Amino acid sequence: MRAYLLSRLAQTVLVVFLSLSAVFVMVRLSGDPVLLFMPMDIQAKDVNEFRERLGFNDPLPLQYARFVGGAARGDFGESLRYRRDALDLVLGRLPATLLLAATSWLLTMCVAVPLGVLSAVHRNTLLDHAGTVATVLGQATPGFWLGLMLIYVFSVKLRWLPTGGTGTPAHLVMPSIVLAAFFAARIARLTRSAVLDVLNEEYILTARAKGLGEARVIGKHTLRNSAIPIVTLAGLEAGQILGGAVITETIFAWPGLGRLTVQALLNRDFPIVIAAVFVISVTYTLINLAIDLLYAWLDPRVRLG
Amino acid sequence: MIHLKAWLGIGLTAAVVAAAVAAPWLSPHDPLATDFVASLRPPGAPGHPLGTDQLGRDLLARVLHGARLALLIGVCTVVITAVGGGALGLVAGFVERWPAAVLMRLADVQLSFPFILLAMTINAIVGLGLRNIILSLSAAGWVVYARVVRGEVLSVKQRDFVQAAAALGMSRVRLLLRHVLPNVAPSVIVVASLQFSSFIVAEAAISFLGFGVQPPTPAWGSMLSESRDFLYVAWWLAAFPGAALTLTALGVNLLGDWLRDTLDPKLRV
Repeated sequence: MRAYLLSRLAQTVLVVFLSLSAVFVMVRLSGDPVLLFMPMDIQAKDVNEFRERLGFNDPLPLQYARFVGGAARGDFGESLRYRRDALDLVLGRLPATLLLAATSWLLTMCVAVPLGVLSAVHRNTLLDHAGTVATVLGQATPGFWLGLMLIYVFSVKLRWLPTGGTGTPAHLVMPSIVLAAFFAARIARLTRSAVLDVLNEEYILTARAKGLGEARVIGKHTLRNSAIPIVTLAGLEAGQILGGAVITETIFAWPGLGRLTVQALLNRDFPIVIAAVFVISVTYTLINLAIDLLYAWLDPRVRLG
Repeated sequence: MIHLKAWLGIGLTAAVVAAAVAAPWLSPHDPLATDFVASLRPPGAPGHPLGTDQLGRDLLARVLHGARLALLIGVCTVVITAVGGGALGLVAGFVERWPAAVLMRLADVQLSFPFILLAMTINAIVGLGLRNIILSLSAAGWVVYARVVRGEVLSVKQRDFVQAAAALGMSRVRLLLRHVLPNVAPSVIVVASLQFSSFIVAEAAISFLGFGVQPPTPAWGSMLSESRDFLYVAWWLAAFPGAALTLTALGVNLLGDWLRDTLDPKLRV
């Protein structure tokens, strides 16, 4: 178990290292970020001095070595715009994103899993069909459009909720619904098919034959056995929620990591972009590790290592 | 229910394609022609069934031309990723030497990053515009095909008829093209149909955030982005492009589900 954990952590380090290198190469290929941060009437020698100070004049391998060395110490340089440590800025925005992601993940699980189970158990009833329509629509509706429409109805027309920003629980309502909608639809669909698969197994027939009540059959025998695909998808989605957060945070002016990343990309503030890539890929791989550990707990047949 | 969904998918997709093709006939207006006198007219205004935007451009014309753009981006991206990623997966599964292993590790690394964020970052770095958004989406999206095709090839290779053909002395290239390729083609078609709508929606999302296709080009994403400033006075600017995007995604998704159920029911993407 310890060896397994160590090798997985080593893989995480490798993945993070490779993603950072890829971003470094792409950024260096894309042109000169220095010029964007200069006043229009600047002298050529000042540009050069600025470039010298930031190390853009050194040979590329040296720049790369310095970049890797800095990254290993958690130093991604200063934000070109805010003149503050890039990683600090990114980490400062992380709690807001995690709050949003956790709320919508919880919302997804509380709505989607029961909906999927109910649809499967009451297959081909009105409830099942209504659930299918809801999930198909949910999967097709882009989050940013849903967000705009919710703002129009609940902020512009009804004036119940704030259009954006943060501070009170009311600010959290629309962003977390928007972020949850797409994933909830996928999870509900998968839950339905996973539960249907298990309901066809012989051990369910046995459980019913020995006279167990329907609540025990579903609650104990079915749910635990259909959990594996659901957990897999929930884990993968947990990572994609970080991607969805980029859009949701921008619509609702939520001061999180995603919005910071979008702004940094628009401003070509690459130290922040690189620090954000670092934080996102670390979070993502750690979530996947947690999921794999959860498999072993859910299904004792799974051997880690 | 299955048939209903399949027909709905076919109908919606056909309607979107028809609307895109017939755009100039369905709305006589130029999607870029401004008319400040007639700005922000509500839906139903004379000559403008869906109203006009802040510059007096006809919304129906813009939504229809947006469909052209969305389908163009979707088709180009799906073709590039299916051919490119599919070919890489085919070779990676067939050859099984170290370059293949390196390639698949690269795919794993790429998958450790949210798709939309990856495509957006690439787009911000390589530059905006139509051609670059297609390239960025392709660079972010080939991985799925490579993985699915490689997995299929690994299993098809073990089948008796392939082994028999190899034993009879068929050349490796011929074996690959004649026996392996036709057997992995259905999965590629299914993945492509399921990816199509995610590419269209991703493009809209990226353009919405200010990258990708730039105004005044009538892309649904950038139209929605501009509509945010007018949400208090002109709901239609947000409602119609978004509805068009949703209906397109819905149609293509249903079509994809149907294709998967018919061609390759076990495939999970």
